[in-house]
Amino acid sequence: SPEERPQFPGASAEFAERLEFIQPNVLAGIPVYRVMDRQGHVLRPSEDPQLPKEQVLKLYKTMTLLNTMDRILYESQRQGRISFYMTNYGEEGTHVGSAAALDASDLVFGQYREAGVLLYRGYPLELFMAQCYGNASDPGKGRQMPVHYGCPERHFVTISSPLATQIPQAVGAAYAIKRADASRAVVCYFGEGAASEGDAHAGFNFAATLECPIVFFCRNNGYAISTPTSEQYRGDGIAARGPGYGLLSIRVDGNDVFAVYNATREARRRAVAENQPFLIEAMTYRCGPRALPRARGSGTPGSPKKTSRCPSGFCSIGHHSTSDDSSAYRSVDEVSYWDKQDHPISRLRHYMANRGWWDEQEEKAWRKSSRKMVLEAFEQAEREPKPPPRLLFSDVYLEMPPRLRRQRAELERHLETYGEHYPLQQFQK
Amino acid sequence: QRRGLRLSAPAAIQVTVRDALNQALDEELERDERVFLLGEEVAQYDGAYKISRGLWKKYGDKRVIDTPISEMGFAGIAVGAAMVWLRPVCEFMTFNFSMQAIDQVINSAAKTCYMSAGSIAVPIVFRGPNGASAGVAAQHSQCFAAWYGHCPGLKVVSPWSAEDAKGLLKASIRDDNPVVMLESELLYGVPFEMSEQAQSKEFVIPIGKAKIERQGTHVTLVAHSRPVGHCIEAAAVLSKEGVECEVINLRTIRPMDIETVEASVVKTNHLVTVEGGWPQFGVGAEICARIMEGPAFNYLDAPAVRVTGADVPMPYAKILEDNCIPQVKDIVFAVKKALNI
Repeated sequence: SPEERPQFPGASAEFAERLEFIQPNVLAGIPVYRVMDRQGHVLRPSEDPQLPKEQVLKLYKTMTLLNTMDRILYESQRQGRISFYMTNYGEEGTHVGSAAALDASDLVFGQYREAGVLLYRGYPLELFMAQCYGNASDPGKGRQMPVHYGCPERHFVTISSPLATQIPQAVGAAYAIKRADASRAVVCYFGEGAASEGDAHAGFNFAATLECPIVFFCRNNGYAISTPTSEQYRGDGIAARGPGYGLLSIRVDGNDVFAVYNATREARRRAVAENQPFLIEAMTYRCGPRALPRARGSGTPGSPKKTSRCPSGFCSIGHHSTSDDSSAYRSVDEVSYWDKQDHPISRLRHYMANRGWWDEQEEKAWRKSSRKMVLEAFEQAEREPKPPPRLLFSDVYLEMPPRLRRQRAELERHLETYGEHYPLQQFQK
Repeated sequence: QRRGLRLSAPAAIQVTVRDALNQALDEELERDERVFLLGEEVAQYDGAYKISRGLWKKYGDKRVIDTPISEMGFAGIAVGAAMVWLRPVCEFMTFNFSMQAIDQVINSAAKTCYMSAGSIAVPIVFRGPNGASAGVAAQHSQCFAAWYGHCPGLKVVSPWSAEDAKGLLKASIRDDNPVVMLESELLYGVPFEMSEQAQSKEFVIPIGKAKIERQGTHVTLVAHSRPVGHCIEAAAVLSKEGVECEVINLRTIRPMDIETVEASVVKTNHLVTVEGGWPQFGVGAEICARIMEGPAFNYLDAPAVRVTGADVPMPYAKILEDNCIPQVKDIVFAVKKALNI
């Protein structure tokens, strides 16, 4: 009878009398929301968030400062001054577009390629450098590999290496925050590769069943080290998974800061107002290798001088995460295309130039002064001593147990007698 | 019903480990609104082993949460909630299933305080049944005391009696560090005498302190969880033969109260460790190493002897299973070996 409906507890839908499989719809998938074209012209005036000039300049300056810092620290890794680094080339738009849309007190769980969020929130260059050098100024007490930043004051949870573990944690935090403060959101960043982890599945599922004020932000940059998305998944990206879990989902152009801004702003507003999770998949491209140092014996080192002719003027096409040589798995042409044709920095600059907010002169002056700032912070970080040896023992537990206290005292006694045999001058007292 | 009994006569009463755990959870949920329980079947089903009986009815959806089936998922969520404001009690249906979530327990919960240089605390309790049960075979019978006891950043407790269970669970929930509490399914239904003091809402057992369950002079028996009971039985058997055993209930695996063991070995000059877990890299191995490194070594009259579970995945057949777990006769045999009698 036509009135009959299925009564199953597990799903509510109509009956169907024709055998038909639902297509994964990879070719005609979820569209990519954008505000500007590649020349920085707003396509629909109603979508222009009409941010004030100072804020747009802040977006631009944050992206370019990040880029400059990346180049200096990348080089310092190649020179053996720091052990490891990950650049953010090409993805700066996803950082600042989303960071600008959040409240300052929204809690951020990142993966490792979101330094721009922290930079937008005002984290000083000195502390970025201090963490990479593991020196005495590092609030992280030199405990972690470079780029594992954390800042409680700016609500940025300390980066943890295992992929996707932050996803269910972000959900748990959102659940706790929902109970404590109805105006706060949690944002959880991850890459499209990490979304394959079991933690991601559990996190998405729980966010919906626990009704959490959380925005999941996936940076889909096309690669997970060398694994292209065609090998990472066969569905329509990450956005298409959202509805499967009951998440409101959207795909945006990650190289368009205003598209990222608009989507994040609205998702955040509704996540908090309605206590439900949102999923944003920001499409972008990873302009460098995954991380440094590269695998041994693999290819020639990328040099900023050799390849950098991109219109942004900033991005260094090259190898990226310092443990990786991406020329092993993608062509220079491909990387070059993205860097020249579609880069978040140059796109925003076009927008600013179109409005008369920026010109060649200011660009030159800013490049000079930003580079100077970064180099000063860099030289300062190089000069600093390492953390004092007694910090070896702290923070294993919140209160230091007697056994560790005894060991610390033993070390201090040892150094009093034999200190001259150790390079103690490299360490803070 | 507890209060009714107390009105009639202020004295010790018999309480099962299950009820003791239930009381502890009830009291801590009442005392601090940040405490909440999550896990599979903990709410509407009253808990897979009925440990959380009545709690969902009393405290509701916000405090007692049924989770979908993903240990890595709900352990991760609990860690995230602990990082921000709440004090989760995360139940694993058995610790065998915690292997699926062990990355969150160790890489996230245990190491975060250190990695964040003290700026992120993770006041979480992971609890559930550990070790052998009855007829549940290899994938449901493993003991994780050595696995979790290995990791700095975690505290690990292993209660035996009802008092242990209640006092240690309350202490674990109140502790601001991540705590792993290893219970025993076979002990849940066992009644123990609970003193009036232990019945109080403020009864807390300090983490990191062992208890001497029985005084003795000839040999020190050290155990945790169910084997403590076997040691007491073995001590009764040996007493008839004139051998007086001192039985130490470790209560905490990490930080281990080796000082109590040392003082006892100094007195008895002989040491036998008893555990349900496998011998290699086990709790007994650690005790022996530390005794050797410390002042008690000079007081040992014979090498220490370890009694452990058999070094095989737990078989299913009952006669095989029985012989894979330390029994009273194994402890008696080990004591006689240590004493050379």
